[in-house]
Amino acid sequence: MTTIPVLRRGGTPAGATARQQPANRGVRNESRVTNTVLFIVLALFAVVMLAPLVWMFTTAIKTKTEVFALPPVLWPEVPQWDTFVRMWSEAPILSGFKNSFIVATTVTVVGSLTSAIAAFALAKMRLPGKNVIFLALLSGLMIPYPTIMIPQFVMFSRLHWVDTLLPLIVPLLFGNIIMIFFIRQYLESVPDSLIEAAKIDGASYLTIFFRMIMPMIRPAIAAQFILWFMTIWNDYLAPILYLNSPEKQTLQVVIANLNVEFATQRDYPLIMAASFVALLPIVIVFLIFQRQIIESVALTGTKG
Amino acid sequence: MTRSQAAAATVDPPPADAGPQPERAPDRDRRARNRLHRVEHRWALLFIAPPVIGFLLFTLYPIGFAVYTSLTSWNGLGPMRFVGLDNYVALVQDEYFRKSLWNTFFYMIGIPIGLVLSLLLAIALNRRIPGRTAFRTIYYVPVISSLAAIAIVWQFAYNGDFGLINQVLGWFGINGPDWLQNTATVKPAIILMAIWKGLGYSMLLYLAAIQSVPASLYEAASLDGANAYQKFRSITLPMVRPVTFFLVVTNIIAGAQIFTEINIMTPTGGPEFSSASVVWYIVRKAFKYQQMGYATAMAIVLGILVLVITLIQFRLNRRNSFSIE
Repeated sequence: MTTIPVLRRGGTPAGATARQQPANRGVRNESRVTNTVLFIVLALFAVVMLAPLVWMFTTAIKTKTEVFALPPVLWPEVPQWDTFVRMWSEAPILSGFKNSFIVATTVTVVGSLTSAIAAFALAKMRLPGKNVIFLALLSGLMIPYPTIMIPQFVMFSRLHWVDTLLPLIVPLLFGNIIMIFFIRQYLESVPDSLIEAAKIDGASYLTIFFRMIMPMIRPAIAAQFILWFMTIWNDYLAPILYLNSPEKQTLQVVIANLNVEFATQRDYPLIMAASFVALLPIVIVFLIFQRQIIESVALTGTKG
Repeated sequence: MTRSQAAAATVDPPPADAGPQPERAPDRDRRARNRLHRVEHRWALLFIAPPVIGFLLFTLYPIGFAVYTSLTSWNGLGPMRFVGLDNYVALVQDEYFRKSLWNTFFYMIGIPIGLVLSLLLAIALNRRIPGRTAFRTIYYVPVISSLAAIAIVWQFAYNGDFGLINQVLGWFGINGPDWLQNTATVKPAIILMAIWKGLGYSMLLYLAAIQSVPASLYEAASLDGANAYQKFRSITLPMVRPVTFFLVVTNIIAGAQIFTEINIMTPTGGPEFSSASVVWYIVRKAFKYQQMGYATAMAIVLGILVLVITLIQFRLNRRNSFSIE
């Protein structure tokens, strides 16, 4: 094939690559058409994906009559922004936020630390039978929460912890086995000699962990921390079992109860506004830490 | 700051008994090392104590307690009356339990549909399409959104009179049913929502798997004259099989525990119990009717089901990794 000069752009070296270019060009043209078609399909699909969320938002700023209007109102004539104001006073949303925040922060901060220390010991320290212990812990993952929720509930009700945040916090402070597993894997790549050297230099195990290991595993901890935080923030089953008084409920329970309470009065704007606000913190966290979250999700899945 | 502190720790003189000293007798040497090991064991034990204690207290003990409770008739407060296997016998005859079990399995129809859709999405998004990062984010937002809030919106969307779904159908002249109040449509409605919610997650895992496929495989196939479908069939599909397997099994485990959607969208278990799931029924029996023994028996059955699925996963995963290496 003769080389066509026009194709040699963008500093492509002549010769072997240039000779392939006519063929490449065909592929590229073809894929441009496919890509355009795909783009349209993906965009339509994206609209479908976002529609419920957008509709949630527009419903929140509609008037009550607009919610039920036929034909449907897509965008309210006068957006009722005050729904986002009045929901704070008409429903215990603020205390829901506070409670969710207390639970999720305490659990993830303390739990990540205990998980990381345990993972360090399991990966890098000498202890007879540590692999057996690790396997036993892993086996706990096979037990679904609904199976043990009734005994746990009985335990905590005997401690008079029902209708407090403690049953949601305390069990999780002892660490998260998935996180332990993840960090233990991560630590496999750290050479033992590094730790041996620190030991010979007289560093205590706490020093080794906090000065050496913690900085190394920071990315792994960060990724797992965010995922765990999201899980706790969005949890519904355990909170609904334990929390009765409105001012003690976490955000998910608050909005679920709003749905029951206000649906009969048809105050859908209020319910939608509260639901929308409940999504926001996590969506914002996701948008900020998107890279780390996506990477660690992808990693967990492919390694699984 | 931290680095200089670490450096300071390095400069510290080693303790007298650290490391073997060449001039010492071998047994003194060993004793010193044993002592060091004992110190290390003690610290290691201390470090792994929290998860171990947590496991004993919040998993192992509850399991034992659950097994015993399932053999009793108990309202959660009064005395526990031992009834042997009566609860399990009653379970087999309980029409509602059978229905909730059937519903729970029915919901899993959504798993293969979701997987096919997400694989197609992942393949599409693996190409150089403008705005693909934005697409990935958009598809992933339902995954991170709270299920409680999502369930509320979808409940409203399925409303027969003014819900979003029927409004859209109305544009095409279709008169949609009251989705959640109809025995025929309530389960498909919940499945559709679950697919929508989970799509982004499986798409992401597929995308990661597809991107880890060596490009040389596709190039070699192109040289051999393989078309797009053949390449998909004999390269992409086998290469993403571990992810498919992982997703199938984790989705089944999660699906066996479906609760939130059911409880929020159909708080009474749907028309004629047609949307009630096993966990929903357990919660209702335990916390509304105080039948702790009976509810725990159901929970044990659920636990055994999930256990079996998990064991299958471990078994097959082992075979998978052998075939790769």
